Amino acid sequence: MITRRFFANGADRRIFITIGLLLGVAVLVPILNIALPPDSAFHVPSYMVALVGKYLCFALLALALDLVWGYCGILSLGHGAFFALGGYAMGMYLMRQIGDRGVYGNPILPDFMVFLNWKELPWFWYGFDQFWFAVIMVMLVPGLLAFIFGWFAFRSRVTGVYLSIITQAMTYALLLAFFRNDMGFGGNNGLTDFKDILGFNVQANTTRSAIFAASAVALALGVFITWAIINSKYGKLLIAVRDAESRTRFIGWRPENVKLFAFTVSAVMAGIAGALYVPQVGIINPGEFAPANSIEVVIWTAVGGRGTIVGPIVGALLVNAGKSWFTGVLPEYWLFALGGLFIATTLFLPRGVIGMWDHWMATYRERKAAALPPSAGTPAATTPQQREWQASATGGAPEPQPAE
Amino acid sequence: MSKSGTILYLDGVSVSFDGFRAINNLSLVLDRGEMRAIIGPNGAGKTTMMDIVTGKTKPDSGEVYFNGEIDLTRHDEADIAMMGIGRKFQKPTVFESHTVEDNLMLSLKGPRSIFPALFHRKTADEVRRIDDILGIIRLGDKRHMLGANLSHGQKQWLEIGMLLAQDPKLLLVDEPVAGMTDAETEETARLLKDIAKTHSVIVVEHDMHFVRELGVKVTCLHEGSVLSEGTLDFVSADDRVVEVYLGR
Ligand SMILES: Nc1ncnc2c1ncn2[C@@H]1O[C@H](COP(=O)(O)OP(=O)(O)OP(=O)(O)O)[C@@H](O)[C@H]1O
Ligand SMILES: [Mg+2]
Repeated sequence: MITRRFFANGADRRIFITIGLLLGVAVLVPILNIALPPDSAFHVPSYMVALVGKYLCFALLALALDLVWGYCGILSLGHGAFFALGGYAMGMYLMRQIGDRGVYGNPILPDFMVFLNWKELPWFWYGFDQFWFAVIMVMLVPGLLAFIFGWFAFRSRVTGVYLSIITQAMTYALLLAFFRNDMGFGGNNGLTDFKDILGFNVQANTTRSAIFAASAVALALGVFITWAIINSKYGKLLIAVRDAESRTRFIGWRPENVKLFAFTVSAVMAGIAGALYVPQVGIINPGEFAPANSIEVVIWTAVGGRGTIVGPIVGALLVNAGKSWFTGVLPEYWLFALGGLFIATTLFLPRGVIGMWDHWMATYRERKAAALPPSAGTPAATTPQQREWQASATGGAPEPQPAE
Repeated sequence: MSKSGTILYLDGVSVSFDGFRAINNLSLVLDRGEMRAIIGPNGAGKTTMMDIVTGKTKPDSGEVYFNGEIDLTRHDEADIAMMGIGRKFQKPTVFESHTVEDNLMLSLKGPRSIFPALFHRKTADEVRRIDDILGIIRLGDKRHMLGANLSHGQKQWLEIGMLLAQDPKLLLVDEPVAGMTDAETEETARLLKDIAKTHSVIVVEHDMHFVRELGVKVTCLHEGSVLSEGTLDFVSADDRVVEVYLGR
């Protein structure tokens, strides 16, 4: 019992280290960027702040996907849509902050509307001049879409490949819609030329550092919330639905509600990631809805290790760092490399980098234990990581399996 | 026939899959507190009968009543489970990535909505209940083991334990001893007889030794309807039963 609790703390320790690291980075990187002179060895260049800040948003998106894919077996191929919607909500706020500093100098209408000869602001742009309103929309719009989509999909018991396909169709439909000029979101140019956020210049080093810090804190918060969800009774139910959906039904649970909650929370997380991403890259356009983007998120998560909390973060950071490096050296081969990576992960690292690491550590510990003379009081208790690995090795793979 | 006093009442139930009549004008009545064994060759419709009772399959025609008053055809799986009908699947189905204890915890009777589950803390009462059930299903020493690592027989028991945790009025148990050793089979018969003291039970089983061990009324299904009903000796002496088991 005591050993069990100790090892349970071991698994939690990893989560707290991750949260601590993220909070540390949130404080340290801005300081190293702003306070140190550029010629200092410890100076973090501004381009680096922007780049890593972007990766942190991707990591939050991957974590959001993992909540539904890794823990509930819902392979969403449309999570990019929630990210993009959050991004658009933030973009609309940033657009309205431009005020009369646009090319056409209209104090109310963004440039693209003036260009389209629109006379007044469409109703759905109302309120976006207020930051608090935009923040609410960043969470509400993706959350509501996920809720409505999930309500119908899960209630009609669409699962597996069919569900993946309709999530993909959802993001594709949004892609087409946002491409249209008359939708009122800037058509294929999207929203850009941002000036201020909360009164601060978005281009300024200090502002960028602050947004970087906000991204790191948001990710830390995402890790904490995911951890809290997974460790609750509901979290166990989520995994139960993943492993044996109809079993949960016959003991009285409603798997459609279980999935709906996770899907909605996940979409809100993705929306927040998108909202933090947009001011850092300075643009949001319909390309963010591209099905390929959503598929990339799946690859990050798979590479890092789905069904773990740290895995998707590691995966998003690794793959995106690799992408930045690769597109610098051999830009035309990046997609092949990405495809190859996915295949290799599926074949050789079914539990991703983190799963592999845990497996190694478990084997290492076993060897060490075997080498030592058997000591009293340490029965062959399995660590949570080991248990996770064993579960995957013995058929607890996060695919929904038909009962009976 | 009167429904009062019955825990389960099926009358004239039929269901077809793509024109194939899996259940054909089936009538079956289980009294409150009764344990019944159901036998029948492969494809007789035993599992399908359970699908109908638990709301997985909707019958094309016929009446299905629980407790003499509730029309089960109007409810879905989760509702029916909450009313007090527990079911063990033919293929043992437990939550493989959870420990034995967590499997039981998720099955314990209680609210079934999301937010209570999110903020749930294990109560002393629940811990006691889980300990009781672990004792009954004899998995006390395996409580921290993952479902995936249990033997086939242990999974069957865990699943029965999950039924008990729900505290149902009626248990439907599909082939509980398939793949068990003789010793395990005997143990299971004892376990089910214990359970039957306080619950109504339907057991589907091919193993005749086991059915004899249970020592209860037997119903033989064939091609979706009742072929013969009575004591095991009576049923196994029935020419028609012999015929369907031996083939024509
Ligand atoms: N969902 C379904 N779709 C089509 N046919 C089905 C379906 N469910 C059951 N059947 C058919 O109905 C018949 C009865 O099946 P059932 O599983 O109830 O038999 P059983 O008595 O439980 O047999 P066993 O002893 O092999 O478990 C079989 O012929 C089966 O193929
Ligand atoms: Mg069957």
